[in-house]
Amino acid sequence: MSDHFNIKLPEGSIEKTTTTLNLGPTHPATHGVFQNILELDGERIVKSDSTVGYIHRAFEKIAERRPLYQITTLTDRLNYCSSPINNMGWHLTCEKLLGVKTPKRVDYLRVIIMELARISDHLICNSIVGVDSGAYTGFLYVMQYRELIYEIYEEVCGARLTTNMGRIGGFERNFSNAAFQKLEKFLKEYPIVQKEFENLFSRNRIFIERTKGTGAISADRALNYGFTGPNLRASGVDYDVRVHSPYASYEDFDFSVPVGTTGDNYDRYQVRNEEIWQSLSILNQAYKKVQEFKGAEAEVFHADAPEYYLPEKKDVYTKMEALIYHFKIVMGEAEIPAGEVYMSVEGGNGELGFYLISDGGRSPYRLHFRRPCFIYYQAYPELVKGSMLSDAIITMSSLNLIAGEMDA
Amino acid sequence: MALTNEFIKSRLTEKFGPSITGMEEPYGMLSVTVPRDLNLKVLNFLFDEPELGFRFLTDLTAVHYPERTGEELCVVYHLHNLVENIRIRLKVYAPVEKPDVYTATGLFSGANWMERETYDFFGINFVGHPNLKRILNVDEMDYFPLRKEFPLEDQTRIDKDDDMFGR
Repeated sequence: MSDHFNIKLPEGSIEKTTTTLNLGPTHPATHGVFQNILELDGERIVKSDSTVGYIHRAFEKIAERRPLYQITTLTDRLNYCSSPINNMGWHLTCEKLLGVKTPKRVDYLRVIIMELARISDHLICNSIVGVDSGAYTGFLYVMQYRELIYEIYEEVCGARLTTNMGRIGGFERNFSNAAFQKLEKFLKEYPIVQKEFENLFSRNRIFIERTKGTGAISADRALNYGFTGPNLRASGVDYDVRVHSPYASYEDFDFSVPVGTTGDNYDRYQVRNEEIWQSLSILNQAYKKVQEFKGAEAEVFHADAPEYYLPEKKDVYTKMEALIYHFKIVMGEAEIPAGEVYMSVEGGNGELGFYLISDGGRSPYRLHFRRPCFIYYQAYPELVKGSMLSDAIITMSSLNLIAGEMDA
Repeated sequence: MALTNEFIKSRLTEKFGPSITGMEEPYGMLSVTVPRDLNLKVLNFLFDEPELGFRFLTDLTAVHYPERTGEELCVVYHLHNLVENIRIRLKVYAPVEKPDVYTATGLFSGANWMERETYDFFGINFVGHPNLKRILNVDEMDYFPLRKEFPLEDQTRIDKDDDMFGR
């Protein structure tokens, strides 16, 4: 080999027989800006080294100058496949710090939005696993239902991807009838599509052979690496923030936590599918509960917290208190107690935590995001060691890595 | 027996005596301050003791308090006992001139990148870390951007104004 390249190696030296391959950062198969420097022996991976940080935007630093309500826009851009969950997680953190109690209807509306976001997150991830194993149809097929979910977001908040949805204490406006109609349409049509999607993949010989036994991790290792979410559950640990420390009245809902056994790509795929079914069940329950509110209660969409929740515009022009609160909130001068709080929600790909320290000033003294995929991506070299290059690609997409979240 | 904050406190005091300070329970989560040289011992104790079993490292980060002389940097660990479902927060203070803290990578593989991130932004030197280099910022950076002495850009500056694109 060295003759071929005309390289004169020193006498007695061992020839390097592995190949170095630079995968990424802008490779189409990485679905985001990830760089992996792989050391290949033939087609098997001997060693891999990940580089992250290509889209680091210093959110934690920026947040130190912003009033609480302006930080919502930063959280959108973490996991952009399920931004409403991040928004709600941030509002819940603020509410925990400020001691705002939300009414039940707000909680149920939040549950509806969060479960829709979870479905859209999981179906992207699962269909991308399909794409990487050579089946494009499933991806295109479920996209129209992600589109429907985005239309529901649009009805609720006006935006689709970076939603900036909700306010501290509730939502900026009540859900419109169109939003509920679209939700009904989704609940009616999506189960059929999900069934068809599973028919395409779950018993597909090619898909099973590509995913079974690849990228596996044991429960012990997964816990040690700080895995959370579907990736941890696929290896057999039933840790779900919704169950362990319920927020937004998740304790009112009846659902189960699916777990896998081996923690390989196929298990992760199956766990996500089952979670979609559980989310659909939660959505049905939540929608029923929302419809049960009668009279004035059926119009509630925010907490009674005038110090933090922006008053209605017509009140600002006619009422003194509303004008004062409007001014204080918009200028970011709402009074924030000093304190430190950790709040976590079950994001699309794991436990999304917010560690907020306030010194009583207008903006956080320190804000740290616990980004699940930043933490579990470091297990990637261990997951792919010894596997084929093509399996490494599937492993990467089945971990549900979102560059925006990883790099914050 | 359900694990309670009271029980954890009593076990920690029993084992480490008065060196564990600053026991608080803000918003229900037990928060304790651990001296710098004992952080690994305490983490090990919390990890190994069958009754405590804090075997999940949820989060690791740091905070900079420039006005606290001698303990400017504070490393914060969030640990979780998944069986009893209880969380605990550990704080380790370090001076900014010599921010050496023992690494937790021996206990938690997941601490590797979290410590690299903390080093990247605060310059905490995790003693014994296998690969302590910058992770999110560029390698050439020679400061630690989340420390308080680095202010964000002044929003009133005008030298970057552009007629076409604004700022």
